Amino acid sequence: MPAAVPAEFHTALTDTCRLDPDAAAIELADVSFAYDRRPVLRGITMTVPRGKIVAIMGGSGCGKTTILRLIGGQLKPKSGKVLVAGQSVPDLEPDALYALRRRFGMLFQFGALFTDMSVFENIAFPLREHTELPEELIRDLVLMKLQAVGLRGAAQFMPAELSGGMARRVALARAIALDPMLVMYDEPFAGLDPISLGVVGQIIRQLNDALGTTSVVVTHDVYESLKIVDYLYFVSEGKIVAEGTPDAVRASKDPFVRQFVDGEADGPVPFHYPARAYSKELFANVQ
Amino acid sequence: MSSDVMFGVAHFLRRIGGAVTGSISRLGFASRFLVAIVWHSPQAFRRIHLTIREIYFAGVLSLVIILMSGLFVGMVLSLQGYETLKRYGADEQLGILVALSLVRELGPVMAGLLFASRAGSAITAEIGLMKTTEQLAAMEMMAVDPLARVIAPRFWGGVVSLPLLAALFSAFGIFGGYLVGVRLIGIDDGAFWGQMKAGVDFWPDVTNGIIKSLVFGVAVSLIAVFEGYDAKPTAEGVSTATTRTVVMSSLAILALDFVMTVFMFRGGAQ
Repeated sequence: MPAAVPAEFHTALTDTCRLDPDAAAIELADVSFAYDRRPVLRGITMTVPRGKIVAIMGGSGCGKTTILRLIGGQLKPKSGKVLVAGQSVPDLEPDALYALRRRFGMLFQFGALFTDMSVFENIAFPLREHTELPEELIRDLVLMKLQAVGLRGAAQFMPAELSGGMARRVALARAIALDPMLVMYDEPFAGLDPISLGVVGQIIRQLNDALGTTSVVVTHDVYESLKIVDYLYFVSEGKIVAEGTPDAVRASKDPFVRQFVDGEADGPVPFHYPARAYSKELFANVQ
Repeated sequence: MSSDVMFGVAHFLRRIGGAVTGSISRLGFASRFLVAIVWHSPQAFRRIHLTIREIYFAGVLSLVIILMSGLFVGMVLSLQGYETLKRYGADEQLGILVALSLVRELGPVMAGLLFASRAGSAITAEIGLMKTTEQLAAMEMMAVDPLARVIAPRFWGGVVSLPLLAALFSAFGIFGGYLVGVRLIGIDDGAFWGQMKAGVDFWPDVTNGIIKSLVFGVAVSLIAVFEGYDAKPTAEGVSTATTRTVVMSSLAILALDFVMTVFMFRGGAQ
């Protein structure tokens, strides 16, 4: 199991952002959001219990990543509540928001590793920025995080020297560097070969259980998610259209869930983007 | 007037209005951005090695182009100046002509233009790519403010580097002028340096040059970091931002140079 940063670090942060230890890790209540006038989320309500892995699934552009950004406080909802450990994220002052983020880990879609730093330096980055730990301890912590993702031997590589799967694992090690209470994964399986895909999925489950964190996985990879998550929400056109445990999803007769799980081209999510009638479009210039 | 013409005129006016309000809005954003950089600077200075690293990248790595350009500009200035001065029998004044041209104008302006092309564009591209690859967003999510960690060190690195580069440009330019004027053409060594010493004052000639290069340093560095931070997170967005940095910086340097020259050297009163 990865080594832990000193407990005082987390206690101080918990005090700063006044987290409720008994509240659910995340609660979204009737959340709506729009980019300019384009609505993205419409009345999203979901709960992520502590210690669980919850997947948010849906097609590209359905608003999955926007949900993560709302939880992380990068965006503010148009209406509704976004609570993390009982704290309303949109209402936090910048200092409290930054204190809260120190308890978060986030894995970005393509890793977002700092390209001018080695693998070791990338993982040491949050430790150096937020703690006063001696260099020897930082070294040990970094190596332990790398061991947890199986890349201790790649500590001195630069990000450009890593494969897609390795970069994702390094980013994962960086996301858990400060032993976060909540880890958010934005498309952790996108663009990975089958072996890397299985490895990343397994690491997410193991780290969640070993560190006792809560995880939110935004993905459209239904098979890998069903193997590792505790609960799933399906989002389409900014709304939650289905939810359930992996077993319930497998057995579901819901047309949307079936279309998503079976990968059918047409169904509740139409193949064609809304447009004028085909015949009218084709014969528009015919007198 | 037909409705098509009316529509065309309205469209034209709307585009002009959009461009004007867009420019004003960006200028306002850039001003707020500068205030934010200054506000975050103490935080950035606590890790001074970050700023020193940027001085190395923006300043030290620009040395070759600055020194070589300075040398050649000085040499050309000396050749051209000699041709003109000789007509009036004032060829021994070559030293003062070269030195004043470089220290007052060419040093700060040329160094600023070269700095914008080499370091400014690199800063914009780097920040723009960091934005495109979500490195800035990752930093924010790690509760590290990119303004303090990435932007402020690059801004101050540029502000410190440019006056030093401008001074070196002028020094190498004068050396180039000496090589051509004294060594090649054969002007008297003592006259070249003596006239220069008598005709160039620390105040206002040298100090005004320093003030100019400092102002150019602020302008170019601000434009470079702002364009990078404001770039659209796409390959095209970064490319456009990089081009804008060079174009906007060059125009800003030339316009600011004119305004400052009007105030500094009014009617040759100095």
